[in-house]
Formats: sequence, structure tokens, C-alpha cells
Amino acid sequence: MWNYSQKVLDLFYNPVNQGAITDEQEPDVAVVFGEVGSIACGDALRLHLKIQVSTEAILDAKFQTFGCTSAIASSSALTEIVKGKTLDEALQVSNHDIANYLGGLPEAKMHCSVMGQEALEAAIFRYRGIKVEDHEEDEGNLVCSCYAVTEPRIRRIIIENNLTTLEQVTNYLKAGGGCGTCLAAVEDILQEIQQQQAAVPTRLAAELATVDMTTAALPMTTLQKISLIQQVLDQEIRPVLRADGGDVELFDINGDHVQVVLKGACHGCSSSTATVKYAIEAQLRQRGLPTLTVEEVTV
Amino acid sequence: MVIYLDNNATTRVDPDVLEAMLPYLSDLYGNPSSMHSFGGQVGADILKARGQVAELLGAEETEIIFNSCGSEGNNTAIHAALAAQPDKRHIVTTAVEHPAILNVCKHLEKKGYRVTYLSVDRRGQLDLLELEAAMTGGTALVTTMYANNETGVIFPVEQIGAITKDYGATFHVDAVQAVGKVPIDLSTSTIDMLTLSGHKLHAPKGIGALYVRRGFRFRPFLLGGHQERGRRAGTQNVPGIVALGKAAELAQTHLYNVERERRLRDLLETQLQSQIPDCEVNGGGASRLPNTTNIGFKYIEGEAILFMLNQYGICASSGSACTSGSLEPSHVLMAMQLPYVILHGSIRFSLSRFTTEHEIRQVLTVMPGIVDKLRSLSPFNNDRADWLQSRNVA
Repeated sequence: MWNYSQKVLDLFYNPVNQGAITDEQEPDVAVVFGEVGSIACGDALRLHLKIQVSTEAILDAKFQTFGCTSAIASSSALTEIVKGKTLDEALQVSNHDIANYLGGLPEAKMHCSVMGQEALEAAIFRYRGIKVEDHEEDEGNLVCSCYAVTEPRIRRIIIENNLTTLEQVTNYLKAGGGCGTCLAAVEDILQEIQQQQAAVPTRLAAELATVDMTTAALPMTTLQKISLIQQVLDQEIRPVLRADGGDVELFDINGDHVQVVLKGACHGCSSSTATVKYAIEAQLRQRGLPTLTVEEVTV
Repeated sequence: MVIYLDNNATTRVDPDVLEAMLPYLSDLYGNPSSMHSFGGQVGADILKARGQVAELLGAEETEIIFNSCGSEGNNTAIHAALAAQPDKRHIVTTAVEHPAILNVCKHLEKKGYRVTYLSVDRRGQLDLLELEAAMTGGTALVTTMYANNETGVIFPVEQIGAITKDYGATFHVDAVQAVGKVPIDLSTSTIDMLTLSGHKLHAPKGIGALYVRRGFRFRPFLLGGHQERGRRAGTQNVPGIVALGKAAELAQTHLYNVERERRLRDLLETQLQSQIPDCEVNGGGASRLPNTTNIGFKYIEGEAILFMLNQYGICASSGSACTSGSLEPSHVLMAMQLPYVILHGSIRFSLSRFTTEHEIRQVLTVMPGIVDKLRSLSPFNNDRADWLQSRNVA
């Protein structure tokens, strides 16, 4: 029996926001739905959104789900998460936000949270007139024919969720969970991404070495320090990390001690320490802050 | 309160079985292989249990080999059949066997054996013409179930055996789900080997037996000591063996009362179908075990149904992908080529002699509401036929 959290069971037995939203033709209001999955796959979600056109705020969200306990709970959680958000804010909702709202999901059920995130994206794309088939998500080589999972989608989910094992990829995407023919191809993609991530600190340091360095000798005020650190992060470090699916943000500064938050593929990456110490810290020291120490924090 | 309708998964230990085995977990702890009377008296009790199991099957005592479980019995039978005719490299089985057969066959394919997996029809039945066509002079083994664990569909084992014998192949039957539920008489049978498992007939887990027809050139799978007349090494599980003997004796008694189970199963089946639209019996119309029904509820998913039932203390199982631990729905229902809308919403109820009419009525009371609730959540419930047909899943 699956070990579901109490929150999952609560939302399964007493789901909120179930059903469809009908378009009442109200002024300044649009109704749209996004759908992912199918009966053949064993789970499907139709997410309905009621949107205020002038502000792009989500006024209401409802779901219709064919699926298991965690699929129903994930759908219900999603509707609670997105209500009140703008569409741009909603697009930032990740499958982990859904899983965290539920107090976690069994690893083998993480694909239910992914389904929620993808249904949300599908609904917003539909509202904005972006054809889903034009989205890079659906383009590219079909790797898993059993569950129609493309290579770009596999790459995106691996990077967004810091997946490190083949089993995790299957749990999150179902890819490889059918006939198993594609397992080798999925593993190749996983290994390629891991190799790329492992090489980031080295490549980052190499690219930063080409940046003109200013050697400010004068003592700086805290405001000047923050400004310089932000400038170096934004202009020199973030573009390199983003190219590999990662990111970094300045969190806090206390004297010469800087705290940063690694995001995306960098968060939880096996090379995160090297990224912080040998790339970010080294670069900031070279840019006129020789006594600076940089530490990663999790928020 | 638990309403246990998952008896094809495992059964409760009969109180009389428990009583029979308890002394061997306390005072009577001797090893039957010992040369003293303390162990010797235990040996006599094993002999009695062997007789009880043999009698249930219409077999001789010497044809019963005690082992640990159904999986061991199946592995042993396949190994023994291939060892008996090492020059033959072909196996025939069915697409709906238990993994303890299928995964052994897949392993043997990697070792160079050719395996034919017979298909089943929409009712889960075999086509004997397909079996006949598959057989060759190089076929070493035909191994089939007696009855399917998911649908309860019974295979015509004696007809299969007759065809098997025409080609000089060994015939093994996995009867784990059938023993104790249908009468079996091996005295006039074509079956060479037959697997049974204790926990499916109200004995504890960890005890099983393999019937091996007298005269069959048996080669042991587990090598070591001389136990089980040199055919299965390992210190004998005396409490389990005694329990299996008692369970076999009780099963024989209850075989005459199996119509009660069939009546309750039919009550459950017909009432669910009359109360709930858009559901169908998987394997309905075929010859089936009296205790099993497998019903597909369209537009909803099996794991969700199980969790709803669990709220009422009702235990059942499902062939849906979400319950499998993998991502694939039941290979049995897939082999029957059932539409996805049926197999993802399939629920198996399996009764036992302990099942009461009150329990069945309880299920009938709550099941329509559960289905209604889940269908109210489903995006497909209102789309129905048009939507499904457009996606070729109807």
C-alpha cells in the first residue's frame, strides 16, 4: 500500500474545487481549460481556469481527474495553489510546489505532480494562444513511445527536479515504465546531463577568466558591495548557469560573508559546492572583494 | 472491522490449522531428520500431513514434495522438466501466467530456449488450436495455470494435457489458485507436476508443495541434504507442513460447500452490475473459480476505488497501473485485450469460506456511492462514448 501523507488522503477523500467551470460570458472574464494525460496512460487531468482578462489574475480553478489517489489529491492541491495568482506567477508553479503542498508524495507517484504542472501550463498556453504543439516541450525526438515522452521533456524534468537515477525519471515522467525499450536512451540523456552539470564549475571559471577584471583597491560601503556583487552575478555568472538549466540569486550579505541561493539544476547538484567556491567566490574576490566568502543557503 | 475480499492474494489461517501447528512451534521442535525418537515423532506427523495433501489431490503420498511457496514450486517444475529432456529447447506457456512462470520463461529465453506464449481471448480463454499449432517434437514443457489469479478463469487442463502428451512433452500446472476451490483428481490425470501454495488455502505463508507424478524423471532444484527423499533439500518446515496438511483436510471438507461461495460471488456480481452502470465482468461467461469476480468500472481508476473501499475496511485488489508498482496495468487484462477504460478501473473481489452474506451486502451498500463519487471527479464520465471512440479506447 502506498504511504500517502494525511494531506494527500484528506484531499482525496474530500477534494476541493472539483468539477468544471462554465463560461457565463461575464465581462472581463475568460474561461479556459488545459488537459494532459489519457485513459490509455492511466491518468488524465482537465484543469479549468477562470481568468480576469484585465489583470490576468486567476479568479477560480477547478479540476476533473481520472486517476489514482495521488492524482486526485495533486489536482485538488494545484487548484488551491493557483487561485489568486496571476498567469505569470502561476507559470512559476513547479511540480515540487504541488508535492510540497501535499506534504510530499511517494517517489513512484511524482508523475502525478508533474501532470498537474503540465495541465496548468497547457491551460495558460491555450489562453494566450500559444499552440501547445508549438511549445518546445512537444518538439523533438520521441524517446518513450509507450507514454509519448519526448527528449526535450525528459531533459527539462531531469534538470528542473535534479533527477539523478533512471528510476526517478520513470517515477516523474513514466518514461521507461512501459515496455522498457527506451530505458537505455533515457539513461544516456541522464548521463549526458550529469556530465554537463559536473563540468559547469570548470567552464564557468574558464568563461569568467575572459571577463575584464577591475581591481578596486578602495574599501567599499555595504551598499557598494551589494551593487558590485549583484552586477557580477547578473552579468557574468547567471548567464552561464542559466545555459545549463541553473541559476543563482543573492540572498544576504553580512560584512564579507555572502549568502546565495542556487536554483534550478544547480540546486542539489553534486557540483554545487564547486560552483559556489571555485566559480562565484573566486570571481567576486577577483573583482575587488579579496576577503569575501560565499555560502549557499537553502530557502 | 475488516471485510476481507482479497483471498486470491492470501487467506486467513484457519483457527483449526493454527491449533494444529502450534505444538510444533513450542514443545515439538524436533528435527524430523534426527535419529532419536524426539525428532522421529515429528517425522510421523509430516507423513500424516503428506497423506492429507495427497488425498486432497487424489495423489500418492510419495508424489508430494513439500517446499516453501508457489514460486519455488513453479521454478522447480520448469527446472525439472527441462532437465528431464535436455535435448528439447522449446517451452509453451500462456500470456496470463503468474510472474513466477513468466519471468522464469523470459530468463530461459536469454539462455537460448524458445518460448511460445499462448494468447487468450476477450474472456480470458485459451484457444486449443493455437496450442496444437505451437507444439513440436522439440517441445520439452507445457506449463499453464489451472485457474487465473486475477479473473478466476479456469483452463481446460485435461484437454491441454492430452495435446501435450501427443508430443511427448512434460505437463506442469500451476494450481495455486485452484487447489481447495475446485475438485482435483490427479489419479487419472495427464498432469506430470502441479504446484500449490499453503497461504491460498488457509495455511500460513512459507509452505507449499509440488506434486510430481510417480515415474517422472525428477531432478531437484534445491540441492543439499536428503530431505523429501532427496528431492528438495533443506530442514523441513514442520509447523508449516503440519498446517498445510490440516488445511488440505479442511479444504476437502469445504469443497462440498463451495456453492455457498459461488452464490455469494454471483450475488455480488449481479447486484453490482444492476446497481452501477458502465461496468462489466472480466472473464464473465467463461468457466471460473467460484470465489472470484473481476469487474471493470469505466471512467475511473482502480487504485482510487481501493482507497475508497479501504475507508470502509473493505479489502480488494486492482489490475490498474497505479497499483502495480510498475506503470503498466495487469498483464492478464492486457492479454485479454480489454479496452483501457475497463482495465484501468478493474477491481478483483475474491471470497473465501469465511466470507458472509452480510459482508457482501456491505460492499453492495457502499460501492455505488464510491463509483458515483469518483465518476463525478472524472473528466471522461460525461464525455463517454464519443470521446472514447475518438481516441480508440472504447
